[in-house]
Amino acid sequence: MARALINAPAKAKRGEVIEIKTLISHIMETGFRPDSTGKPVPRDIITEFICKYNGEEIFRAELFPAIAANPFLTFFTVADETGTLNFEWIGDNGFTATESVNITVE
Amino acid sequence: MTRPAAVLFVIAVLGAAAAAADIPLAERKSGYEFMARETRAMQDDDSANPATLWVLDAETLWQRKEGSAGKSCADCHGDARTNMRGVAARYPAFNEARGRPIDLEQRVNICRTEQQRATPLAFESKELLALTAYVGQQSRGMPIDIANDAHIRPFLEAGRVMFTERQGQLNLSCAQCHDDNWGQKLAGAAIPQGHPTGYPLYRLEWQTLGSLQRRLRNCLFGMRAVSYPYGASELVDLELYLMWRARGMPVETPAVRP
Repeated sequence: MARALINAPAKAKRGEVIEIKTLISHIMETGFRPDSTGKPVPRDIITEFICKYNGEEIFRAELFPAIAANPFLTFFTVADETGTLNFEWIGDNGFTATESVNITVE
Repeated sequence: MTRPAAVLFVIAVLGAAAAAADIPLAERKSGYEFMARETRAMQDDDSANPATLWVLDAETLWQRKEGSAGKSCADCHGDARTNMRGVAARYPAFNEARGRPIDLEQRVNICRTEQQRATPLAFESKELLALTAYVGQQSRGMPIDIANDAHIRPFLEAGRVMFTERQGQLNLSCAQCHDDNWGQKLAGAAIPQGHPTGYPLYRLEWQTLGSLQRRLRNCLFGMRAVSYPYGASELVDLELYLMWRARGMPVETPAVRP
C-alpha cells in the first residue's frame, strides 16, 4: 500500500477554517513515455481523490496524466463538529489507498 | 588600441574571469536561496516535502533484519535519531580499510555486505535513497564538518582538480558556472553555487529523490564530459571537495530543489 501523509489540525475551534494537506507516494506514470526499448510505458496514475468529513463528502478531485508524481493536494474546510476525516485515492490497475485522521472541535 | 591588441585584451579579461578565486566563505549561499517561494515552502514543511515519504520508509527499513547475519541497522546503531546525529555532516569520510574516502551510500553498503551479510543496494534504489535521507535528516541544521587531515588531503586535491579543470566537448569546468557565474541564468534556471547541503534531495524535475552522484552525472552529461559510473572514485573525490567547499553550512537533508 502506498504511503500517505496527512497534515490536518488535531484540534480546532467551531467554525474555524482549517487547511488540510495531503501527500501520497505514487509514480503518476503518464502513459506517454517510451521505455528504453521504445515501447510506451503503460499509464499508471491516480484518477480520483475524495475526502469525507464524518461521512459527508467535502472535497473531490480528478487527477490526470499531467499531474506530477507524489501528488500533493491541499484544501480548506470549516471545522463544525468533532469526528473523522477520511481520505481515499483511486487509480489505475486497481490502485486504492485510504487514510483517516481525527479532529476535535471545541 | 589596434584591433589585435583589443582582441588580446578581451582574451586576457576572459582568462582572468575563468581563473576567479573561490567564493569567500561569508558569501556562500545554499541552493535554497535561489529557489522560488513555493519551492522553499515545500522544503520548510515536512508534510509538504515529498522526501518525507522516503524518510518514513527508512524508519521501517532501519528496524528490518537483513542478510544472512539477520541484523538490522538498529541492532548495531540503536535509535538513529540520537546515534546518527551529525554523521552525514562528516561524509565523505576516510575509510581505513579502503585507504580512501567513501560517501554515505558506500558506507551503508559496506554495513550491508560486512555486517548484515546482505547484497549491496543499487545506487538510486528506493531503499538506499531512503536510508541515506533518513541518516542525513538526523544532521539537519548541523554544520558540514569535513576533516581536512593528511589522509584526506590528496583526495580533496583530486576533487578540486576535477572541479576546476575544463572537461568535455563544451570544454567547461564546474568552477566556470558555480564559482564564476553563480546567480546568473542558464536556460532560464538560476545557476547556484553548487553546495551539496541537502542530498539526497527531492528534485521536482526528477519527480523523485536523488543522490548527489546523480546530480553530478547530470552536470557532466550537460557538459558533454565523461559521466563516471555510480560509485566511481572520481565522483566520490568531487563529492568530498564539494562538501569541504560547503564546510560550516547547515545540512538541509532531505531538501527540495526545482
